[in-house]
Amino acid sequence: MTNAINLLVGLAMGLNLIALGSGRLPAIIRAMAVQGVVLGLMPPLMETHFDWMVTLVAVVTVAVKGFVIPGLLQRALRAANIEREVEPSIGFVPSLLLGAGGTIAAMALARVLPLLPEHAGSLLVPGSLASVLTGFVLLIGRSKAISQVCGYLILENGIYLFGLLLIRATPLLVEAGILLDLTVGVFVIGIIVDRIQRAFDSLDTRKLTVLRE
Amino acid sequence: MIAVVDFVLRLALWLVLAPLLPGLITKVKAWVAGRRGPPVLQLYYDLARLWRKSVVLSTLASPGFVAGPAVAWVAVLGAALLMPLGPAGGALSFKGDVLLLIYLLAVARFCTAWAALETGSAFEGMGAAREVSYAVLAEAALITAVLSLSVQTGSVTLATMLVPAAGAGAVLLAAGLFTVLLAENCRVPFDDPTTHLELTMIHEAMVLDHSGPPFAVILHGASLKLLLFALLLCQAVLPLGGLTPPVAAAVLAAGVLVVTVGVGLVESLLARLAFRRVPLLLTTAFLFCLFALLLAWRGGAV
Repeated sequence: MTNAINLLVGLAMGLNLIALGSGRLPAIIRAMAVQGVVLGLMPPLMETHFDWMVTLVAVVTVAVKGFVIPGLLQRALRAANIEREVEPSIGFVPSLLLGAGGTIAAMALARVLPLLPEHAGSLLVPGSLASVLTGFVLLIGRSKAISQVCGYLILENGIYLFGLLLIRATPLLVEAGILLDLTVGVFVIGIIVDRIQRAFDSLDTRKLTVLRE
Repeated sequence: MIAVVDFVLRLALWLVLAPLLPGLITKVKAWVAGRRGPPVLQLYYDLARLWRKSVVLSTLASPGFVAGPAVAWVAVLGAALLMPLGPAGGALSFKGDVLLLIYLLAVARFCTAWAALETGSAFEGMGAAREVSYAVLAEAALITAVLSLSVQTGSVTLATMLVPAAGAGAVLLAAGLFTVLLAENCRVPFDDPTTHLELTMIHEAMVLDHSGPPFAVILHGASLKLLLFALLLCQAVLPLGGLTPPVAAAVLAAGVLVVTVGVGLVESLLARLAFRRVPLLLTTAFLFCLFALLLAWRGGAV
């Protein structure tokens, strides 16, 4: 069981690096969607016996993170009719190296953290820290609003991974609330992206720093 | 006596079989494109033709122009003799031979670039500059891959390093080494061996002014290098240690064939990358190898 989980977390780490290295918005959105599906598959794998509540959480997570949110973002992308290039302010190679360095640092850090013995061998904690760092790099290093949203969602995926450690203690209501918040957040961002596009003719957030009457 | 026969046989095997690989790649490309393509043995004919031709020497060129390709060829052949062939081992094997292998490949590259600079042509200087600037990244990936194998087996001898499979990191290592193979042998998506568009040439730009026997030596050396990397990739990934020698040899040959066909398919299906995207792909290969190294480290420590 731990092996399957570790494989999935490893896959999620790989997707982090793909998101950092890809130069087109649809590719980043796809990487984020696949990561959402991968993370959604984990809770049922961690349970030893069938639990309808955990299964429900898994199905809803896969549906929302894998299909609803990417669908919303892709619609915003189409509606805003913007170029698909990412325009990084931190280049692809440096951000890839930052992401890889972050992943290795997360592995090293997780070894010295005082974890419960059942979590010591799993990649959950390093995977979560690596995803959070990747999210930060994407938020800082990309200038298009939609890629920043992807960074934010990958950061949230990292926090979700950390939350999996407490899966038995977190009530369903909390999970549902987080998912609802995320969906509404992305929904609102979709509208904002459209507005930014209309007002500035581009989604470059650097232009938002200039004050105008 | 047996040792001498063994050595000569290996030498003959490397020299004779190597030019087969580029022919196979061309055949696969032709097959994907729906053409008949040149015969598989085309490179042998080319080598024979070039060997009979005379050499055109620039008045600027020093003897290094001819010595460069020769030294490079000898270095690649030396590296090939160090490479073990499954359970049969290498022709030469000693502790730390993997370091010599990497350095011999570097010497070969240095000599090719040196011979390119000897022509005094700015165009060839540009080709040499491009070649060595990609090599910096490709070598980092190769060294990391070798390091991960060495960490996993606790050895610096090729014969013992390559026997077991690379374990959990095998997939990562295979992806990394395959990318390095494409970059080191100047194949698509890094360089197009059939290109005649001057602005995008890398390796071809370097060897453009060579003719006759030195050019034949360069072509043969390139095919040796391709076979060398294909063998390295197969042995690093496939678990050949537990097989009997005939089976292992068959598996190895099949592996090299798969790699060759894979290169052909990549060349047919991908376009070459823009120059500024190449470092990104090479960094990705480096990261694949780095994570394989990390897995080997963790696996050893737990």
